[in-house]
Amino acid sequence: MARALVTGNYAAGHALAVAGEANRDARGCAGGAYPITPQSEIIEYLRGFDFTKGRIVAVESEHSAMGVCIGTSLAGARSFTASSSNGLAYMTENVFAAGYYRLPIVLIAVNRTLGPPWNIWVDQGDSLALRDAAWLQFYTDSHQDLVDTILLSFRVSEDPRILLPSIVAEDGFVTSHTQMVVDLPEQALVDKYLPHCSVPHRLNPQHPTTVGGLTWPKETEHHRIEIQQAMDRVPEVLAEAVNEFEKVFGRRPHGALAADHTEDAEIVLVACNTMARTARHVVEDRREKGQKIGMIKSKMFRPFPRKAMADAIGSAKKVAVLDRNHSPGSGGIFWQEIMASLHGKPDVMVQDYLVGLGGGDVTPKIIDEIVDDISGREQAVEPLWKEVAA
Amino acid sequence: MTTAEVHAECACHDAILRPGNTNCAGCGMSIGLQWLDQALDGKKPILCIPACCGIVTAGAFPTSAYGVPVAATTFASAPAVASGVTSVAEMNGEDTLTICWTGDGGTYDIGIATLSAAAERNEDMIYICYDNEIYGNTGGQRSSATPEGVATSTTPRGKREVKKDMMAIMAGHRIPYAASLSIAHRDDFMRKIRIAKETKGFRFLLMLSPCPTGWKSEAEESVDLIRHAVECGLFPVYEVYDGVRYRINVEPSFKPMGEYLEKQRRYTKIAADLAALQSYVDRQWHTLHGLEKAFPADL
Repeated sequence: MARALVTGNYAAGHALAVAGEANRDARGCAGGAYPITPQSEIIEYLRGFDFTKGRIVAVESEHSAMGVCIGTSLAGARSFTASSSNGLAYMTENVFAAGYYRLPIVLIAVNRTLGPPWNIWVDQGDSLALRDAAWLQFYTDSHQDLVDTILLSFRVSEDPRILLPSIVAEDGFVTSHTQMVVDLPEQALVDKYLPHCSVPHRLNPQHPTTVGGLTWPKETEHHRIEIQQAMDRVPEVLAEAVNEFEKVFGRRPHGALAADHTEDAEIVLVACNTMARTARHVVEDRREKGQKIGMIKSKMFRPFPRKAMADAIGSAKKVAVLDRNHSPGSGGIFWQEIMASLHGKPDVMVQDYLVGLGGGDVTPKIIDEIVDDISGREQAVEPLWKEVAA
Repeated sequence: MTTAEVHAECACHDAILRPGNTNCAGCGMSIGLQWLDQALDGKKPILCIPACCGIVTAGAFPTSAYGVPVAATTFASAPAVASGVTSVAEMNGEDTLTICWTGDGGTYDIGIATLSAAAERNEDMIYICYDNEIYGNTGGQRSSATPEGVATSTTPRGKREVKKDMMAIMAGHRIPYAASLSIAHRDDFMRKIRIAKETKGFRFLLMLSPCPTGWKSEAEESVDLIRHAVECGLFPVYEVYDGVRYRINVEPSFKPMGEYLEKQRRYTKIAADLAALQSYVDRQWHTLHGLEKAFPADL
């Protein structure tokens, strides 16, 4: 392992590049690239990387960046790109197309607030708006988690039991532009970890097919059912990918979620991305003071691990969900999913906290206040706005 | 009957366009796709077809009237997807011919940014627009390829704006080859496909494609209508090399347009339409003759 002090975007660019390079003895790697703050350093890294067999096409829009990925994946290459915020919104039509085509593309979403009004800071609303596309979604809490999850996502997405694309999300600026010491995986190990990419339905002149043509309702319904069945297989395939990762790299990344101190917890916090790291400090602090509190880092959002989430919440009676996103007219998006996960546990009180929207800094003090609120709360109310912006 | 038996019985099973397709009678695509196949002389392309009549042509899953691989792309994305396909073929050392087959909506309107970008990158592909001058697949609405005066479902009183000059726009990208295709001039059509096949980089071909459904014309008159359009100067048949060397392939006789308009019930105010279109034709040929004289392909 090469340990290095790098930014999140550098780490993501490196992980994509070595994953792409690992397919050099098969059909190579490729993708489209279009800049947007705060992900631009990722596509700059890829455009500068000297691939043995690869091409990153500098296109005119995010819509075409995903269009190129669809073409390269349909031609059998390992395919990837990155975007943020309104770039993801502009890309959306082809994001849906890639999922419905069953193409194992990996997209790095550097989370940024959707505009207008324009705001470049972190908010998970951009990638969560793509939750109904047939994509896996992972939310990462650190530079290392980001690198490891990118490699996991190629392995899971390209698995013949899955064949669905993956979004790997990191926090804009908080992760993308800060530096941490990261184990940057070496090429030889990535070569060992990632099998060659095989797209069984790739365009093949020897076996001509029309991919994505017209279907009747019955075939369309089956297509959607097959996607759901593939989603249902993800937990098992992900667990295998994590085990194999540990064998090859000697480190064990988190799977669908990571639970800390939940076994005897009365209160459980649920958070994703870097908020989860901050929450972990608060929970450790409270534990030392004797409070029975635990936390869950929610990493895999699609498929949402409803059973694993309910199991991890266990016997806790109160759950505080931290949502750095907002679905107007409803509330936090993770909250909705956790409520659905707990339909068999009507006695659990789940309170949603909308926090850090538009990139407000979610400090330990803010999370402490949330813990105080949930500790004294007898009844859940509508999602609470927890303003943090200075 | 098994697939193998069908193939044995039907000698054209690997043709680009096979029998059983859903094209309307008199559709320009039926001729265009067959001539494309014949001119390619055994070279089988990969097609990228966006949302347009051209993908409906295939029929419904699990059958397809296309005998070559097809990516059915989103509306604006055919040249982006084709860029991906051709990139992977090239880096794997494969001699794959990638062709975008698109309508005028996907070319002149929603897909123009994608098209422009692929042309600017000089991606190795042939882009063919079958231009029927309307959104045919959605019921005949105006596009920016619709000529002035034409009544469509969204211009019931006739379109007020002139047709966009797509050949000039593509020539402005300085691509290796841009040419217009007439289904009434077979030798010229076939020659241009062969040139496009042998040229590297981005090649743009524009085919005026009769649409009896949208043009409200008779199916058996489709080829004659295109001959009329060429002869009266409405559809110039020419080619541009590297965006700067021009050759007019069919010098029109500039016969009156009346007969062309009268054979199509999409022209509802013939007298006014004639005046508008004559002005369009005059300006178009003034420019084109000037360009050919100043920048001839033969020098």
